[in-house]
Amino acid sequence: MPLSGHSPVRAIVVAGLIAGLIAGLSAGLFGLAVGESNIDGAVAVESSMEAGAARHDHGAHATAASDQKPLVSRGTQHLGLVVATALYGLAIGGLLALAFAFMRGRTGHRSDRRLALGLTAAVFVAAVAVPFLKYPANPPGVGDPETIGYRTELYLAMVAGCLAALVAAWRLSMLVPARRRAQRALAGASTFAALTALLALGLPAIGEVPAGFPSGLLSDFRLASIGLQLMLWSVLALCFAALVSRRLTRPTAPRP
Amino acid sequence: MRSTEAASIEAGPAVAEPIPLRELARWLWLVPVLLLVAYVVGMDQGVISRSGMYLHEFMHDGRHLLAVPCH
Ligand SMILES: [Zn+2]
Repeated sequence: MPLSGHSPVRAIVVAGLIAGLIAGLSAGLFGLAVGESNIDGAVAVESSMEAGAARHDHGAHATAASDQKPLVSRGTQHLGLVVATALYGLAIGGLLALAFAFMRGRTGHRSDRRLALGLTAAVFVAAVAVPFLKYPANPPGVGDPETIGYRTELYLAMVAGCLAALVAAWRLSMLVPARRRAQRALAGASTFAALTALLALGLPAIGEVPAGFPSGLLSDFRLASIGLQLMLWSVLALCFAALVSRRLTRPTAPRP
Repeated sequence: MRSTEAASIEAGPAVAEPIPLRELARWLWLVPVLLLVAYVVGMDQGVISRSGMYLHEFMHDGRHLLAVPCH
């Protein structure tokens, strides 16, 4: 790690990591309060469905196989949820900070706060919101274990493609003179929408919800997932914007 | 420029100097590290975390709620 105490990148990265950790913990607590009951319900449905169709020898997922002792108890998995979202928030916060460090001074933002808020919102739309429209979150029991590799590839392709579309839209919008703010925003948004629509049309659909799966449970779970992501990204945006603008405008200590 | 405050409202940190690419490059090592953290949460099935499936199952619920395909 660079040791110079005055690196603006260091200040930005630290702000991103702190904001990401706070955001991930908030999202984890939200998930505990709102999401876990749906996951518990889905695990119960999954177990009973597997017991009903015992001749289907599914690849044993430790929580699902009812005859097997789970590797991790449901109670521990509740704790694991908060650890998972905290680590996820930390990673996102750090990556976002590096993107911020690159963009600062290279794009037509009016303040660090605005850049932080705009960048976080744009990455949320590209990395989370649009991919969710194509491949929404699924609770345990939805999805064929045989196709997990294939589904993971499609999901990653969608996320990576949307992020690439965001970069392309940003580069294109920068061709519009900065004083034409509305046109610039419109050029970026329409480019992003067109590219991601093409991507969504090009990638195959996944429809693996089992016939007997309760639809209310599925929609409740997806709402909880959306809520968790909104919590994570809005806390991240607000904390990152506040921390980064404060850390960057803080009068620097006299250089040694 | 009449007052520094008015100037900072007008121009603000928007005129911030771009951070030189050479300075940014010194932080590039963070990218694989952070991607690895995200990978362990999202995808790893005991390939990298040698504790077998334990970490995978421990963070299982988070993966589902974060919309990462799980099982
Ligand atoms: Zn799962």
